[in-house]
Amino acid sequence: MLEIKNIHAKAGDKNILKNLNLSVKPGEVHAIMGPNGSGKSTLGNLLAGMPHVEATEGSVHFKGKNLLELEPEERAGEGVFLAFQYPVEIPGVNNMYFLRTAYNAQRKYRGEEGIDSAGFLRMVKDKINKLHMKDDLLKRPVNVGFSGGEKKRNEVFQMAVLEPSLAILDETDSGLDIDALKIVADGVNQLRDSNRSFIIITHYQRLLDYIEPDYVHVLADGQIVKSGSKKLALELEEQGYGWLDA
Amino acid sequence: MSERNEAVIDNKLVRQRASERYKEGFYTNIESITIPPGLDEDTIRLISAKKKEPEWLLEYRLNAFREWLKMPTPDWAKLNVPEIDFQAISYYSSPKTKAENAPKSLDEVDPKILETYEKLGVPLHERERLAGVAVDAVFDSVSVGTTFRKELAEAGVIFCSFSEAVQDHPELVREYLGTVVPPRDNYFAALNAAVFSDGSFVYIPKDTRCPMELSTYFRINANHTGQFERTLIIAEDNSYVSYLEGCTAPMRDENQLHAAVVELIAKDEANIKYSTVQNWYPGDEDGKGGIYNFVTKRGLCAGIKSKISWTQVETGSAITWKYPSCILRGDHSSGEFYSVALTNNYQQADTGTKMIHLGKNTKSTVISKGISVGKSQNSYRGLVRVAKRADYARNFTQCDSLLIGKECGAHTFPYTESGNMTAKLEHEATTSKISEDQLNYCLQRGIPEEEAISLIVDGFCKQVFKELPMEFAVEAKALLDVSLEGAIG
Ligand SMILES: Nc1ncnc2c1ncn2[C@@H]1O[C@H](COP(=O)(O)OP(=O)(O)O)[C@@H](O)[C@H]1O
Ligand SMILES: [Mg+2]
Repeated sequence: MLEIKNIHAKAGDKNILKNLNLSVKPGEVHAIMGPNGSGKSTLGNLLAGMPHVEATEGSVHFKGKNLLELEPEERAGEGVFLAFQYPVEIPGVNNMYFLRTAYNAQRKYRGEEGIDSAGFLRMVKDKINKLHMKDDLLKRPVNVGFSGGEKKRNEVFQMAVLEPSLAILDETDSGLDIDALKIVADGVNQLRDSNRSFIIITHYQRLLDYIEPDYVHVLADGQIVKSGSKKLALELEEQGYGWLDA
Repeated sequence: MSERNEAVIDNKLVRQRASERYKEGFYTNIESITIPPGLDEDTIRLISAKKKEPEWLLEYRLNAFREWLKMPTPDWAKLNVPEIDFQAISYYSSPKTKAENAPKSLDEVDPKILETYEKLGVPLHERERLAGVAVDAVFDSVSVGTTFRKELAEAGVIFCSFSEAVQDHPELVREYLGTVVPPRDNYFAALNAAVFSDGSFVYIPKDTRCPMELSTYFRINANHTGQFERTLIIAEDNSYVSYLEGCTAPMRDENQLHAAVVELIAKDEANIKYSTVQNWYPGDEDGKGGIYNFVTKRGLCAGIKSKISWTQVETGSAITWKYPSCILRGDHSSGEFYSVALTNNYQQADTGTKMIHLGKNTKSTVISKGISVGKSQNSYRGLVRVAKRADYARNFTQCDSLLIGKECGAHTFPYTESGNMTAKLEHEATTSKISEDQLNYCLQRGIPEEEAISLIVDGFCKQVFKELPMEFAVEAKALLDVSLEGAIG
């Protein structure tokens, strides 16, 4: 599904990712952990095609396509979704309208018919109930006046509606209380199936109590320095990142 | 006090300038009677004679003209205005069929003119009229027809062209003309008072809620002419009217002058809602041609608890110089100004409002959204003045600018003058910034750039659009999208 080979990438004019390799197969959940500033968000932004991140070497293939050649909205159409570490506010644009615009734009990209507002509303209500989130999320302007937790939940809700084939969650668990964390984890688990993959960027092991990863990778200084099973996350929790340098 | 929120959207695609599609830019080939260019007292006598005006009105014009000659051209706005040759402009142009006797019914209007309005989406004919909206159609210097007159007359509402009002209701015109915007007010107001040709007249009697939306559609068609319209709206005690104006002009390389004056008078507990969708030809992508739009609009809240609300969506004109204002004389009166001004290519806009608080407990609200694209310059200029006796006056101002690209400019000039300690001039922080992050967020969700910008801009303008009558809000959004076209490559 996703093949990252020997990637070197800059954020702004700073070299961040250094010779990074990662392979994600359909249905797999990969957790990426690592200290602040190690390049986790840069990796997510690179995959999503955010303009301030640029690959200087290496390749990224997604479902056989050269991902780096695609515009960000094309990548979304191909099924790449990024839950942002800091979701953005868009005043005056209601969440539901925003999502329908996105949903229809992705369908159009794939050569599929758009959906009308009534049909969309039904679908979205159904999803929001399944996620145990509140309806008022739909009417409010995108992320405006949302609490930190609400913003993160909104990302998960958007993911549930857009049904990506690769979802990258960038610290979606940060700043959440345990109930919110469960809602987020539940959202991911509901979507898990044999064709859909996840890259879960997180700082803490606790999210992984609820979302069981197939692999855990440790990112340090722009490189994956260690990979393992979910046991690795527990070791990190106990010992911190310091022992990796030793 | 004012709050300013400025942000820049710029990225690799924000390069190519607009090649705007101005679908209203066509010319209607009809015979017209246009007086030769030039401006002196004889020109004014000629206009007045063509309109068979009473002596007092001719005197009014001539006095204004004499004042105008003494006035310097204003240079305080942040605008680069090329010198205007007032002798090169024709001050009166009328379709031939209309020239002598005003058609009594729309059936007598030249079919080509009817067709023009149809093409502009403002059908005048009985069968196709916009439901619930009465239209006065002004074509160059004259009104060619007004719809729904009978229905309005039954409610006691007078809605007719200004010229007709002079003939049929001279006492009203004489009583109110120039009381809110006196001829000496400013350079362009004086010019208008001297040479104004046509516009709309509205009178809403006491205790009357105008049964439908009123609107005027201004169309410049002839070349080398200026349009100098005059609009007067009087709302008696406890009445309500919602009025909307729209305007367009053919695409031409020459610049054409439009200098209008609008006066509103709201008596006790009267409420006037005045909306503008300004779409004059803005010039081409190199800044060639376009309308110079120099307009004086002012409302007087004369009575207690009266209310005047201005809403404007300004996307057209090469140069816009316009400050719809409220004089809040009645105690507890309120004034509102909601504005979206979008400039693209080489357009320049200097627009805003004045809220003059004279009465006690008067209240004003100013929401201004400026969007600059291309190489355009967009300024907000506002004054809030609180007179000594205006106890407990309140103002809220919010001023947001959005820049798309790096070659445009946004400027804010808020002025306040308060002579009363109890006045409360406040601002609220705007909730969020418009930024490249927003664009990226939309892109990541699969929304292509052009659609994303339109979505963000629409959201940015929401506070203003929601003040427009429904059908016009849709039009305003569409207009904004067209004006944004080419904002990205
Ligand atoms: N736009 C940018 N320009 C310059 N440096 C950046 C930019 N974005 C991130 N960085 C830098 O890249 C490094 C890695 O950042 P990031 O990927 O956000 O780390 P993490 O998500 O692991 O905390 C940090 O040193 C950060 O300051
Ligand atoms: Mg990060």
